[in-house]
Amino acid sequence: MPSLLFCGPKLAACGIVLSIWGVIMLSMLGIFFSAKSAVLIEDVPFTEEDIRDDKNPPQTIYGLYNQVGINCFIAAAIYVGVGALSLCQVRLNKRQEYMVT
Amino acid sequence: MSSLFRSEEMCLVQLFFQTESAHNCISELGHLGLVQFKDLNPGVAAFQRRFVKEVKKCEEMERILRYLEKEMVKSNTVIAATKEKEMVPCARDVLELESTFEKLEQELREINRNHAALRQNLIELMDIDSLLRMTEDFFEEAESLLTYSEPPSEDSVSMTVSSHITSRRNSNSSTSGALHLSFIAGVIKQERFPAFEKVLWRLFHGNFVLRHAEMQATEELQAVRGAVKKDVFIIFVQGDHVREKIRKVCEGFRASLYSCPKTLYEPKQMSTSVMTQMEDLRMILRRTEEYRAGVLTRAAEHVQEWGSKVKKMKAIYYTLNLCNIDITQKLIVAEIWCPVSDLTLVQSALIKGSEQSGSSVTPVLNRIQTQQTPPTFNRTNTFTEGFQAIIDAYGVGTYQEINPASYTIVTFPFLFAVMFGDCGHGLVMTLFAVWVTSQAESLRKWKNELTDVVIGGRYIILLMGMFSIYTGLIYNDCFSKSFNIFGSSWCVLSMFHPHGPWQNETLHEYHHLQLNPFVPGVYSGDPYVFGIDPVWNIASNKLSFLNSFKMKMSVILGVSHMLFGVALSLVNFVHFRKFQDIFLQFVPQLIFMLSLFGYLIFLILYKWCITLRSETAPSILLLFINMMLFDYQSEHVLLYRGQVFGNNLNDQHGTDTRSSFSQHQKDEMVSMGDIFVYQAIHTIEFCLGCISNTASYLRLWALSLAHAELSEVLWRMVLQVGLKISSGMGSLMLVVLFAAFAVLTVTVLLIMEGLSAFLHALRLHWVEFQNKFYEGSGYKFTPLSFDSLLKTQQ
Repeated sequence: MPSLLFCGPKLAACGIVLSIWGVIMLSMLGIFFSAKSAVLIEDVPFTEEDIRDDKNPPQTIYGLYNQVGINCFIAAAIYVGVGALSLCQVRLNKRQEYMVT
Repeated sequence: MSSLFRSEEMCLVQLFFQTESAHNCISELGHLGLVQFKDLNPGVAAFQRRFVKEVKKCEEMERILRYLEKEMVKSNTVIAATKEKEMVPCARDVLELESTFEKLEQELREINRNHAALRQNLIELMDIDSLLRMTEDFFEEAESLLTYSEPPSEDSVSMTVSSHITSRRNSNSSTSGALHLSFIAGVIKQERFPAFEKVLWRLFHGNFVLRHAEMQATEELQAVRGAVKKDVFIIFVQGDHVREKIRKVCEGFRASLYSCPKTLYEPKQMSTSVMTQMEDLRMILRRTEEYRAGVLTRAAEHVQEWGSKVKKMKAIYYTLNLCNIDITQKLIVAEIWCPVSDLTLVQSALIKGSEQSGSSVTPVLNRIQTQQTPPTFNRTNTFTEGFQAIIDAYGVGTYQEINPASYTIVTFPFLFAVMFGDCGHGLVMTLFAVWVTSQAESLRKWKNELTDVVIGGRYIILLMGMFSIYTGLIYNDCFSKSFNIFGSSWCVLSMFHPHGPWQNETLHEYHHLQLNPFVPGVYSGDPYVFGIDPVWNIASNKLSFLNSFKMKMSVILGVSHMLFGVALSLVNFVHFRKFQDIFLQFVPQLIFMLSLFGYLIFLILYKWCITLRSETAPSILLLFINMMLFDYQSEHVLLYRGQVFGNNLNDQHGTDTRSSFSQHQKDEMVSMGDIFVYQAIHTIEFCLGCISNTASYLRLWALSLAHAELSEVLWRMVLQVGLKISSGMGSLMLVVLFAAFAVLTVTVLLIMEGLSAFLHALRLHWVEFQNKFYEGSGYKFTPLSFDSLLKTQQ
């Protein structure tokens, strides 16, 4: 079976740090988007038609907020996967270090 | 009293101790690390000092130790770590160590020489072995082609002239009669072979036969000789002169020639003898390597201990060189600087040292008065070390002057944070600093200069991060977004009908709408509880508000910092008993600054507290300029009643203080003209300096604006692109873009902006703050300390 190790110790450590940061920040962004925070209005992809053709006034915008929030949560989940992968790599690197010396 | 407030009081002490106890006493003082030896023989050159031979011996031993360590690294021997502190040996142990070292070095060198020679022999034998095998093939081939030639004679082999194994019988015709061919066999490097062949062709015009084959590179061959490829060649020629020429050519190409057997059975014999020789050599080589490894392992257990011993001895001899030896050769006199509060410690260390050496006379401590300036000693711990270092980098404080390091611990991270203010970035910086602090010992092993700097400044970075979180909460800025924790004080709904002027059509007509705080309900009347209102984050005139706020804040912070500096100069004057300076320098400086810049701060704070309509509000800058120009015209709007009176008062004060600078008297006889000129220059420098320094503090505004804008651009151009994609691919794009956002945040915003803000905060301290009170013309206290000596070794 070919070795599952494909990155060195430093890259794996960077991967872990990035994943932890990604999980925390993206999940918080997801929470704030679901709470329909006004400060994040510029990050929501709404157009003129959305506002003008809205039958039930803020619901389209709220729907878009929810969509972006779900995107953020999915991205956070992907980062959990990336973090697990990096953790594996770190463990494999450590094991290899013990075997060589 | 030892504290970071001002440098310690030092005293000059004379030490008298016996020559026999010198080593032990000095080593005890070295372990203590609180004593700086003064050079009592300043005029003597380095090679004329008394103990110069011993110092040379120590350096020789250090050289041998370095050689040993290199050998150990080459053969991958593990060097054991040192155990506890060793006692320093006295003079006779020096000789012992010296002889041990010399013996070790000689032994090691001999082993290496033998090893190299044996290896060379092995290589030769291997060459001969492969040569024999190749020539066997050649000769067999030759035998099979020998149809018309004579039977082989004693010292020549007749062959048909052929250069390829597949070639022709018809070339036999060229061989008429017996050809007395002789041959030369050898080994040459493969890369040189084409050139070799060309040279031979040019010399002999093809009257020779050259056969060559590549030597098989076995693993053993590669281990012994390396990855050099070699070819075996054999040349058949006619005549003896030609042989000599070929020999010379081979020498030129550094090909090794070997004598080869001519008959068919000799090769087998020679082969077997070569094989046995090679086996013997291999065994000898193995034994040699084992012996060498044994020697090195035994030495490796002690090498670090020896290293620290030698370093300590060298330091002791160097220190002894600084002392005076009495005529009777029995007494050593030394002069040391030491902190007054540690005199008892020094005394007890000396007593311990003399007891160890077994001498009966205890050393004598004699404190002497002196007019020389003692060195500056600030007692620091690991936390305050970093801050003291950045103050000392500009200039070591004069003896017993106020030490700005204790205030720098707070003001430096604070000014950094004012320029960096972002709680998200501050959080990342704090976490990084916490990690470095917890891993400091293991990170020191990397021995990289950059990591050493980061490790030395880990507490500075930690404080900078924590203060940045605080200012980030005040600026309400986290990765360029604001938090709305307490509820904004501005309400847009109240601008609409029936409270306010806006209708439904207003929204369609105008692109930009302005909230009017005078419409009831729009502004709640109470400002946001802590920090900047989050509504400003989504306002398009955010910068107009923030710029005005940050500029005024920078001026307030700057003037406060500088007034604090002036106040510290008062403390210095009181300590050094320069009371006339208090009245002639401190008081005028204070009055000047307060009357001009204090008034400016009053105007700023007053304008912030009252309610004004923004269209008609008077500009503070214009007010100030008009005041300086004595320009009061009735149509100018006044900020408060009685402003004209207030301005006049300030102008009077300003002009009065400027004239009193020029009075200053000194004790010695100095020409009055010089003093007047000096004071006039100093006065002008101070006045202009005040204005330029206050303006210099505006960099607090400039850098915080740059940081906020960079942060916002990064969010908008990188992360927002991912957030705005609403389709299914949005999450994947978000993952990739977030990684890019994180990398750019760390490199651009944290590292680059962090370094920039660090530099500017440092400059504000060094120049604008410290030139109000700091002289910085002292020299640092450098005690004899074995701990710091051994730390620099590692």
